[in-house]
Amino acid sequence: MNGGPPVVDARGTRCPVPVIRLARAARDLPAGATLVLLADDVAAWSDVPAWARMKGHTVSLHEDEDWTEYRVVLGAPRTDRGQADSST
Amino acid sequence: MARPPSDLPAAGLLDAARGPLHPAAVQTLEAAVAAGWADPTRLNAPGRRARALLDQARKVLAIGLGVRPAELSVHQSPEAALETGLTGLRHARRRVGARVVAGATERSVLLLQPGAESPVPVDTRGRVDTGAYAAALAGGDVAAAVLQTANAEVATRQPVSVVDQPCREHGIPLLLDATASAGRDPRAIPAGAGAVVVADAASFAGPPLGLLAVRTGTRWGLPGPRREAEQGREHAAPWVPLVLAAAEAWRQAEAVADAEAREARELVDRVRRAAASVRDVEVVGDPDDRLPHVVTFSVLYADGEVLLEELARRGLSVASGSACTSSALRPSHVLAAMGVLTHGNVRVTLPLAAVSPSRADDVDRLCRELPDAVAAVRRRLGTDDL
Repeated sequence: MNGGPPVVDARGTRCPVPVIRLARAARDLPAGATLVLLADDVAAWSDVPAWARMKGHTVSLHEDEDWTEYRVVLGAPRTDRGQADSST
Repeated sequence: MARPPSDLPAAGLLDAARGPLHPAAVQTLEAAVAAGWADPTRLNAPGRRARALLDQARKVLAIGLGVRPAELSVHQSPEAALETGLTGLRHARRRVGARVVAGATERSVLLLQPGAESPVPVDTRGRVDTGAYAAALAGGDVAAAVLQTANAEVATRQPVSVVDQPCREHGIPLLLDATASAGRDPRAIPAGAGAVVVADAASFAGPPLGLLAVRTGTRWGLPGPRREAEQGREHAAPWVPLVLAAAEAWRQAEAVADAEAREARELVDRVRRAAASVRDVEVVGDPDDRLPHVVTFSVLYADGEVLLEELARRGLSVASGSACTSSALRPSHVLAAMGVLTHGNVRVTLPLAAVSPSRADDVDRLCRELPDAVAAVRRRLGTDDL
């Protein structure tokens, strides 16, 4: 953990578990903090970016051979609700 | 044998993508079983009688879809009609090209056909990028284009006229997939749009038959020896009583179409408002330019299957596009293409009022129960503190 961002290893779990573990790890971190998720569930590929959009975080994906690494930079805390917006 | 109302299969039914038959279609079916059972390709008396009934039914369905009876064939399923419709276009134009231009939220049966490997992206509301679509049409080597009138999962209408125009300019035949909208959305098929039009009789409370119209003048043909039935598009004639039931369902749905669509739209608005007011629930699809009777929303930190069970426990039948809900390993390609949550997904497809007299009550019950059902599921998954 020296210097690196916290890593949530959700490989081997299926939706909605990866997003839940990620959200739990993100809950106590300040805005601007970086968090890494490792997941091999295909649903996470759409769900992690969707979660980040709803919550105001930014996420970048790096494909590994058997899993995907999601690097999340936390935005200011907010609760999003309602309609998906095509402008985001 | 009429069933007592309490025994109707539609109580709590909010997943009518394939719903019960319209009661009038049930009566027609029962009468047709006696009168129209024969093979309509036979030249004997029962065969001729079945043929005459089939012709009548075909005429009703063709006029309904805005095509000529001779352009319309009936298939065993909407998927079969879609596959046959596209195969005929691809085969007839195989010397022109092999590519199929399609949006990313088209039905899987179309996206899995050869040539449709790189679909055109859609926006967050599920509407196809018309600029990218036009560019794909202009890219050469195109056998056919595919566009849904509206999406069966998220209800968003597609810009049919905007896509139809460049298809005509390039001389590319457009397959219009109206399987989610025929009989439910009075504006579903713009007059004359598409070279091929496909509908599903189940969308208007008929049996789940595929209806395939190939407009006159379209280059269209199937590989292999000529087929004998249904304008040369099927190996065997359909069972006539089912087609008669489909035609009766169409008549019934069309007679009340405008009022029905207005009422369904208002009910869906109620669901949209109720779902959007629950914390971390996202209603997806276009709020206005959409099918009247379909709505989808996704619940963050919830499992689609558990959510369906929770609502079923409260007497409400809904559907879901979440991977965890079905035996499918992949979540809904529609939700994924839109970049919205695929987990915790709930989909409502309203039955016609005539099919489910309790429809408005069921919608109100869903709106009332939803906040508590979501809370219960999140408690069970230990995510209510997130």
